[in-house]
Amino acid sequence: MSALQGAVETAAPVSRLHQRQSFDPADFPVPTGREEEWRFTPLRRLRGLAGDAPLPEGKVTVECDPAPEVTIEHSERSDPRLPRTMIPADRVSAKAFAGASEALVVGVPAEAVASRPTVVSVRGEDTAGAAFGRLVINVAPMASAVVVLDHAGSATYADNVEIVVGDGGSLSMVSIQDWADDTVHLSHHHATVGRDARLRHTVVTLGGGLVRLAPSVRYAGAGGDAELLGLYFADSGQHLEHRLFVDHGQPQCRSRVEYKGALQGETARTVWIGDVLIRPEAVGTDTYERNRNLLLTDGARADSVPNLEILTGEVVGAGHASASGRLEDEHLFYLMARGIPLQAARRLVIRGFFGQLISKLDVPELRDRVSESIETELARMEA
Amino acid sequence: MATLQIRDLHVSVADATGGSREILRGVDLTVADGQTHAIMGPNGSGKSTLAYAIAGHPKYEVTRGSVTLDGEDVLGMSVDARARAGLFLAMQYPVEVPGVTVSNFLRTAVTAVRGEAPKLREFLKEMRGAMAALSVDPAFAERNLNEGFSGGEKKRHEILQLELLKPKIAVLDETDSGLDIDALKVVAGGINRFREEPGHGVLLITHYTRILRYVQPDFVHVFVGGRIVEEGGPELADTLESEGYERWVKAGAGAAS
Repeated sequence: MSALQGAVETAAPVSRLHQRQSFDPADFPVPTGREEEWRFTPLRRLRGLAGDAPLPEGKVTVECDPAPEVTIEHSERSDPRLPRTMIPADRVSAKAFAGASEALVVGVPAEAVASRPTVVSVRGEDTAGAAFGRLVINVAPMASAVVVLDHAGSATYADNVEIVVGDGGSLSMVSIQDWADDTVHLSHHHATVGRDARLRHTVVTLGGGLVRLAPSVRYAGAGGDAELLGLYFADSGQHLEHRLFVDHGQPQCRSRVEYKGALQGETARTVWIGDVLIRPEAVGTDTYERNRNLLLTDGARADSVPNLEILTGEVVGAGHASASGRLEDEHLFYLMARGIPLQAARRLVIRGFFGQLISKLDVPELRDRVSESIETELARMEA
Repeated sequence: MATLQIRDLHVSVADATGGSREILRGVDLTVADGQTHAIMGPNGSGKSTLAYAIAGHPKYEVTRGSVTLDGEDVLGMSVDARARAGLFLAMQYPVEVPGVTVSNFLRTAVTAVRGEAPKLREFLKEMRGAMAALSVDPAFAERNLNEGFSGGEKKRHEILQLELLKPKIAVLDETDSGLDIDALKVVAGGINRFREEPGHGVLLITHYTRILRYVQPDFVHVFVGGRIVEEGGPELADTLESEGYERWVKAGAGAAS
C-alpha cells in the first residue's frame, strides 16, 4: 500500500551525517535533492531559501512578553557575549545566521525561577522575499523557565534558535508552528544541556505550507536529561518535516523522543527523522525514541526514519520504535458496538492518540489551544 | 417486550486466498426478554461468529437469512445503530484503546445509547455504584480502556458496560473464559442483576458448563458446524458436562462428508 511507509534505513551512519559544520553558506553546496538530508524535502517549494541567488528582505516581526525574572536583549550579530554553542549544520541554517543582523536574547539569571511563561511571538506579514531570525535562550545554572515560541502569519522564513541550559538548570520550551497555509519555514533549534540540567523541548506543528524543523541536542556535562516531544497534523498540501538529532557525548545522560502525527487529505505529507548517536565516551546513556503516524485518509504519506548509532557497549538502554498506520478497525468497532457513532468514535481515538502528549504541554492555555486546533482539524475532515 | 429473532442465518468470512468460507450454515434462534439462552459448542463451531454477526462486525458477511429485534431489521443497521436499538455484545477479547479513559468512554457510550448526556454528578455516582457492585477498583475510571487490564478485569469491565447501558438483549461471548472462580461469581452476579430486570434477555455463549451453575439458563442449544444441532432445557447442559460434544461432532462430520 503506497500510503504506508515503514522505517527506511539510511545509508550513512549518524556520526557521518552530522559531521559538517560551518558559518559560511558557501561551505554547503546548493542541495539537489539527492543528499541524505534533503531527499525528503520538496526543494522547488523552498522559494530560494536553499539557493544561492540573493533574496529581497521579507517581513517578519518578533515580539516578546517576558516573565518578570527574565531578561530580554537585542544583540548585534558580533556581540561577544553571545554563546557560541551552535554552528550551522546545513546551508539554510548558515544562510539564516548570515542573514539575521541581530539576535533576540532571552536570559534567565542564575538560580532565578521564572514565575510565568515567556512568550516570543513571531508574525509573518508577507511571503515575498525572505526573512531570517535568530533567537538565543540562555538559562543560567540552577535557573528554571518556560519559554513559548509562537509562529503565525504568512512568511518565507529561516531561523536559528540557540538554547543553552546551564548546569542544574531547567527549561521547558514549546515551539508552535501555527502559520498560514502559504508559509515556508525552515528552522534549526540547537540545545546544549549542562551537567544535571533538564530540557523539555516540545514542537507543535499545525499550520504552514512547508515547515522543516530540525531540533538537535548536545550534552555539556554528565547527568543531563532531554525530552523531545512533537505533535503535528498535516492536511492536503502541507509538508511538515521534523529532523531530530540527539548527540550523546557525555556519560550518564538520558534522552526521550516522542513525536506523533496525523495526516488527512490526499497530498498531506510528513517526514520524521530521528538520529541518535551514542559516542564512545557516553557510557551509561539511556535513550529511547518513538514516532507514530496516523493516516486518516488515502493518499497521505508519512516517512519515518529512526536511526540509532551506538559506539559504546555500556548503555543503560537504547531503543527506537516507529509505526505508521490507519485508525484500527477493531478500535472503532469496539466503540461503535457501544452505540458511539463512527465520527464520534474516530474523534475519541484520535484525541486519545494525541492526549498524552497534549497533557505534557507545560502551559495550560496551550493545552486548550492545541486541543481546540485538533478539534478544528477533525471537524474539517468531517465536513 | 423484546425479541431477538434469527432466521436461517448464513455467514461467511473472507479467507487468506481471497475467497470466502461459510461459517454459519442456517441458524434459527429466538431470544425473548425474561429468557436466558445458553449456546454451547466446541472450538471452531462458529459460536463467536454468531455473536459478531449479530453485532455487525465488518469482517463477517451475511449471505442469507434475517436478524430482527422487535421486528426491526438488524442487518440493515450500522454497528452503532444496533447498539442504540438495544443489542449488546460482551466481547471475548476486548481491545485496548490507548489514550481513551474508561470514564470518558463510558460517559460517551451512555450518552449515545440514552440519547442525551447524563448529568456529570449523577453519572459518576451511577458509574461508581456499578463499579463497586463488580468489585472494580475506582481508580479504573481514569485508566485507558482495557490497556494493561488482566483477563478478569477486562471481563468485569464488559459486564460493567452491560449494567450501565442496559440493552434489551445481551450477547455474552465466552465472558466466563479465563476467569478464576471468585471472578466468575462476581461476573455471574452482574449478569443475574441484569436479567432479573424486566425487559432483558440474555444469549450466553460458552464452551464450558461451569458458568451455568451460577447463571441458570432456560434453554440450552448445542452448536456444531455452524448451526444448532440440538435444543433442550438446563438438563442438556448436564448431558454435555458428562458426555462432551463428541456425539454431535461425529454426526456433523458424517453429514458434511
